[in-house]
Amino acid sequence: MLGLQLAWRFLREGRTQSLLILAGVTIGIAAFVFVSAIIEGLQVNLLEQTLGSQAHITVAPEEASPRALMSESGVAFARRIEPSEPRRRPFDQWQRSVRRVEATEGVAATCPKVSGSALAYRGAAEEAVTLVGADADRLRQIVDLRANLVEGTYRLGGEDAVIGTTLAQKLGARVGDPLRVRSGDRESLLRIVGVFDIGNEMVNGRWLVTSLRNAQTLLNRVGDITEIDARVAEVYEAERIAREIEARTGVPTESWMERNRDLLTGLRSQDASTTMIRIFVLLAVAMGIASVLSVTVVQRRGQIGILRAVGTSRRIVLSVFLWQGLLFGLVGAVLGAMLGAVAGELIESSALFDISVTPRLLFTALTVSVATGVFAAYLPARRAANLDPAAAIRGDE
Amino acid sequence: MNASPQLLQLEGVRKSYGDGVTTEILHGIDLSIGEGDLVALVGPSGSGKSTLLNLIGLLDRPTQGRIAIEGRAVENLDDQAITALRGEKLGFIFQSHHLLPGLSVIENVMLPSAAARGGFQSNMKAPARALLEAMGLGDWAEAWPRQLSGGMQQRVAVARALINDPPLVLADEPTGNLDTETSDQVFDLLRRQNAESSTAFLIVTHDWDLARRCERVIELVDGAVVYEGPPAGLRSAKQD
Repeated sequence: MLGLQLAWRFLREGRTQSLLILAGVTIGIAAFVFVSAIIEGLQVNLLEQTLGSQAHITVAPEEASPRALMSESGVAFARRIEPSEPRRRPFDQWQRSVRRVEATEGVAATCPKVSGSALAYRGAAEEAVTLVGADADRLRQIVDLRANLVEGTYRLGGEDAVIGTTLAQKLGARVGDPLRVRSGDRESLLRIVGVFDIGNEMVNGRWLVTSLRNAQTLLNRVGDITEIDARVAEVYEAERIAREIEARTGVPTESWMERNRDLLTGLRSQDASTTMIRIFVLLAVAMGIASVLSVTVVQRRGQIGILRAVGTSRRIVLSVFLWQGLLFGLVGAVLGAMLGAVAGELIESSALFDISVTPRLLFTALTVSVATGVFAAYLPARRAANLDPAAAIRGDE
Repeated sequence: MNASPQLLQLEGVRKSYGDGVTTEILHGIDLSIGEGDLVALVGPSGSGKSTLLNLIGLLDRPTQGRIAIEGRAVENLDDQAITALRGEKLGFIFQSHHLLPGLSVIENVMLPSAAARGGFQSNMKAPARALLEAMGLGDWAEAWPRQLSGGMQQRVAVARALINDPPLVLADEPTGNLDTETSDQVFDLLRRQNAESSTAFLIVTHDWDLARRCERVIELVDGAVVYEGPPAGLRSAKQD
C-alpha cells in the first residue's frame, strides 16, 4: 500500500510531467482503439457482404466427368467427349448426409438445396436464371432473404417464387405477377410473392427461389438435391469444420474460405498490418512511460535514498515505480478508450460501415495498456530499487 | 567513559573503495555508543566521517570488522533484515533536510512509521503531530515543505528522525546549512530530546563550538580515531 501511496504522491508532485505522459498514453491508446475498431468494422462489413448471400460451407458431389473411350491396349482414341445429362451426380442418401452435417460440432444450420440453370419468361422478356429450390425456413438460416425483402412476403409454398430486385426489373415483373420458368424440356408457371435486395448484384440479378419440390421437378432431379448448405457459428472455423464434414460424409465439401481466397488473404494482410500498427503504438507508449520514469528516478535519487534510509525496503521502492507505470497505463487506457470511441462515433456517419467499439476491444485495450505501463516501468523501477542509499543521498547534496 | 548500556559497538572496522587498486578510507575503527549518549564526531574533510556514519547507519557495509547494534552483529544480515533494523533502531538527520517535496509536512514525519507498517495510517497522525508541536511546528502539519524556511524544514527532519522512537539518531552536519541562530535552536532541540529521553545522538560536525557542547567527542583524522573523550580534552589549537 505504501508503494501506491508514494506513487500517487510522486505523480501529483510532478503534475506537469505526469499530465504530459498521460496525454501521450491516452493518444496512443485512442489510436489503438480507433484503428482496431475501424479495421474490425471494415472486416465485419466485408464478411457480412460476402457471407450474406452464400453458405459458409457447401457439401456437393463432384460433377460427373465422362470416361475416356479407351482401346483395348489402353490408348484413349476420343479426345473430346460431351458430358451426359444430368451433369451432376445424384446426391446419394442425402438425408443421411444432412443428419451428419447437422451433427458436426460448430454447425449452426443446414439447408438441403437444389439449384440449376433455367430460363424465366414474362411476356417477351426472357432471362437466364439460377433456379434455387429449398425449404423456406432452412434457406433463411443460410441466406436471410426475408430480412432483405423490399416487396411482398417470403413464402415458398405451392407455386410461390421469390426473386431479386434486378431480375424483377429486367423482367418488368412485380409481386403477384406470374412467371414462366423453363429448364430443358420442362416448364412451370410460378407466381412472384416477394422481391428481395440482398446487396449482391449476382444474386439479385440471377436467383429465382422456389420450393424444393418445384425446383426438383423443373431441373429433373425429383427426390434429389444438388448440395447441402451449412452455416457455422464461428466463420473462421469454416475450413476446419468443412474438412471434418468431408471426412464424415465422404462428399466433397468446400468452405467460404476456399471460395474466397483473395478476400481471406486481404483480411489476413489487414490483420497483420493492424497488429503491426498496434505494436508500434504500444512501443511508443512503453518508451514514453519508460523514459519519463527513468528521468524521474534520476531526479529523485536523493528522495529514494531517504526512503531507503528511513526503512523502506527495496521491494516497496520497486513497487512505487511499478505503480506509477500501472497508473499511467490504467488512466491512459480509460481516457484513450473514451477518446477512441468518440473519434469512431464522429467518423461513423461518413463511413459506409459500422465502427463498433466493443466491450471486448475496450477490455483488450485496458489489459494491454496496463501491461505495457508495468512492463515499461520495470527497468526504471529496478534501477531505483537497486540504488545504493548512501550514494543516492550524497548525490543529491 | 561509557557507563550507560551498550547500544552500538564497532570493532576493527575497515572500509575500502575501488576495484583492483583499492583505497582504504577507514583503518580499523573501534568505538562504542551507549544508551542516551550525546556524541560529536569531528574531523577535517576527507577524514572518513561520512563513510563511518554510513556504516553505522547500515547504509553501507564494512570491508572488514564488526558492527553490532544492541549486541546484534549486522554483517551477516540480508538486505531486508538490515532495512528493517535501520527503520526500527536508527533515525537520520542530514545536512540537507531531505524532506520529500510531494509529501505534506506531517506525512514526511510519518514516513518512517509508514515504512515500518507498510503504508500511511490515520493512527500515525497523533504522534507525528505531537512531535511537530514539540518542535514548534504544530501549525504547519498540513503545509508543504517548500512553504517552510530552512530551519523549520530541519526541525521537521528532526521530528522524522524521532517518530519511531529509535535508540540512536545519526545526524550528519545537521546545522551545516543554517545560520548561527537557527543552528543553535536545532542543536538545543537535539540536546533537549537527548535529555528528556534515552535516545542517543551521534552528531557529525565541523563546528567545534557545537562539538564542545556534547558529552563526548570522537575525532577522526585520515580514517583513524585520534581522540575520544570529553570536549575539554580536545587539542587547544582547535578550540579557537
